Amino acid sequence: MTRIPIVIDGQTVEAERGSTVAAVLLDTGIWGFRSSVQNEPRGPVCGMGICFECRVTIDGVHHRRACMELCRAGMEIETGG
Amino acid sequence: MVETLRAEVTVVGAGPAGIAAACRAAEAGRRVLLLDENPRAGGQIWRGADRRRGSAVARRWLARLADSSARLVDTTAVVDLLGDRVLLTERQGEALVVESERLVIASGARELFLPFPGWTLPNVLGVGGAQALLKSGASFRRRTVVIAGSGPLLLPVAAALAGAGARLPLVAEQAPHARVRRFALSCWRFPEKLLEAARYRAAFLSTALRTGVWAVAARGVEAVALTDGRRRRIEPCDFLLASYGLVPNLELPRLLGCAVAGERVTVDDLQLTTVDNVYCAGEPTGIGGLELALVEGEIAGLAAGGADREAAALIGRRRRLERFQAALNSAFAPRRELAERVEAETTICRCEDVVSRRLDPAGSLRQAKLATRVGMGPCQGRVCGPALVFLRGWESDRVRPPLRVSTLGVLASRKPQDGN
Ligand SMILES: Cc1cc2nc3c(=O)[nH]c(=O)nc-3n(C[C@H](O)[C@H](O)[C@H](O)COP(=O)(O)OP(=O)(O)OC[C@H]3O[C@@H](n4cnc5c(N)ncnc54)[C@H](O)[C@@H]3O)c2cc1C
Ligand code: FES
Repeated sequence: MTRIPIVIDGQTVEAERGSTVAAVLLDTGIWGFRSSVQNEPRGPVCGMGICFECRVTIDGVHHRRACMELCRAGMEIETGG
Repeated sequence: MVETLRAEVTVVGAGPAGIAAACRAAEAGRRVLLLDENPRAGGQIWRGADRRRGSAVARRWLARLADSSARLVDTTAVVDLLGDRVLLTERQGEALVVESERLVIASGARELFLPFPGWTLPNVLGVGGAQALLKSGASFRRRTVVIAGSGPLLLPVAAALAGAGARLPLVAEQAPHARVRRFALSCWRFPEKLLEAARYRAAFLSTALRTGVWAVAARGVEAVALTDGRRRRIEPCDFLLASYGLVPNLELPRLLGCAVAGERVTVDDLQLTTVDNVYCAGEPTGIGGLELALVEGEIAGLAAGGADREAAALIGRRRRLERFQAALNSAFAPRRELAERVEAETTICRCEDVVSRRLDPAGSLRQAKLATRVGMGPCQGRVCGPALVFLRGWESDRVRPPLRVSTLGVLASRKPQDGN
């Protein structure tokens, strides 16, 4: 398995190539991916691009669905938005 | 200039149904495009599989697709319709127009989520959702996972999680024991399905499997309260998986004008919808599982490819599987008690954080939308819509494009083009 570095909230972690961002965040122990309108932590529900609960900021682009994005080397992810 | 692709047959959705359709149409000599918003072909059940990895059926079909002349256009979501069989799609934030003579819609299904206190906690996921995350690289190793949902999907997911090293204290099926038993008995005609179920069950034998039990509330992030209608019990867990079977993705067929009756697309024997040159296969014509999706896809692909005779030869196989489908859908229908879990302050719309109490004055989804923005967030009602059909008996609202949240650049392509 090839491992690639990605940056999660400023911390570099190793991700397996072919994993989605959502999978890596969960494995890193991050369950709250975003804050809801009422500021509740939310994380992935459907795993398939339907619910939009897994939204994070990727390379400065807001509202990317973490379950639909494969990890790329050097990718910068911000949660909690 | 917006890039345009042309094909004789375009298949939307690269799950089993769409893959079978694309292979068959391409093998019939047509120029075929296969669109999917995922980065890879496979749909829900074959997520993460390829010609080397996955079940034997998955590998066979994915190899057949790769060897065919059909072109997979991945990471591409259909967002709107520009004209007859002219699709506006979005690919990496850019617009891409796809024109074709015939369309096969194989848009699949999603899970039914029903609200209850605590269902918005970040460690409450769908049953299939957890399966999808597992197949996308997540590890549930040494996590305690309680599964409290419904339908045949519970078995492969429990088996997969056990195989991945998760701790599974309980798998709870909401359907009453009598219904599940009747269903199992009616399956004598489908020994292959019983065998498959037994094989899955063998993979998590040390876990309690209960029927007639459901989650009533998720607490904090550490436990779930369940009931069998009489007694409550608390089960500690890291993750709770709670979803209640599948609902078809009908947005695209509805947008195309296809008739839908009883929450499934109306099709004839050759999978042709009520719209000329538009076929539909797989879950949108009724939830029926892998084999039915495959045979429907084959029929649709052959028919769209002009090979009606060969398509007709497969109808018998489909009919047999449709009997299984009917038994399945009545056995696992969600029980009414699931609606009674909702409290005044339970969130119904996760995108806009609309709680149940705020919906009380409304009499329809349309009214509720105007008053509260329920269903108007980025998921466009895909989660709360089917829940409200179950909870309040409200009819699903009309489909409004774009089908996916899109960039402004893509949306600009929707305006009527002047000149040519
Ligand atoms: C989350 C989940 C997990 C599942 N896991 C299993 C399992 O482990 N075992 C099992 O037996 N069954 C599983 N199922 C059931 C399984 O999906 C069905 O039995 C069957 O495989 C459906 O095949 P299909 O081709 O009809 O649809 P799907 O496999 O759902 O494929 C539909 C495809 O269409 C695409 N699509 C939809 N709309 C658009 C659009 N507008 N633009 C572009 N692409 C679009 C989707 O991205 C998807 O890839 C699961 C279902 C779900 C929802
Ligand atoms: S988990 Fe639902 S959209 Fe990503």
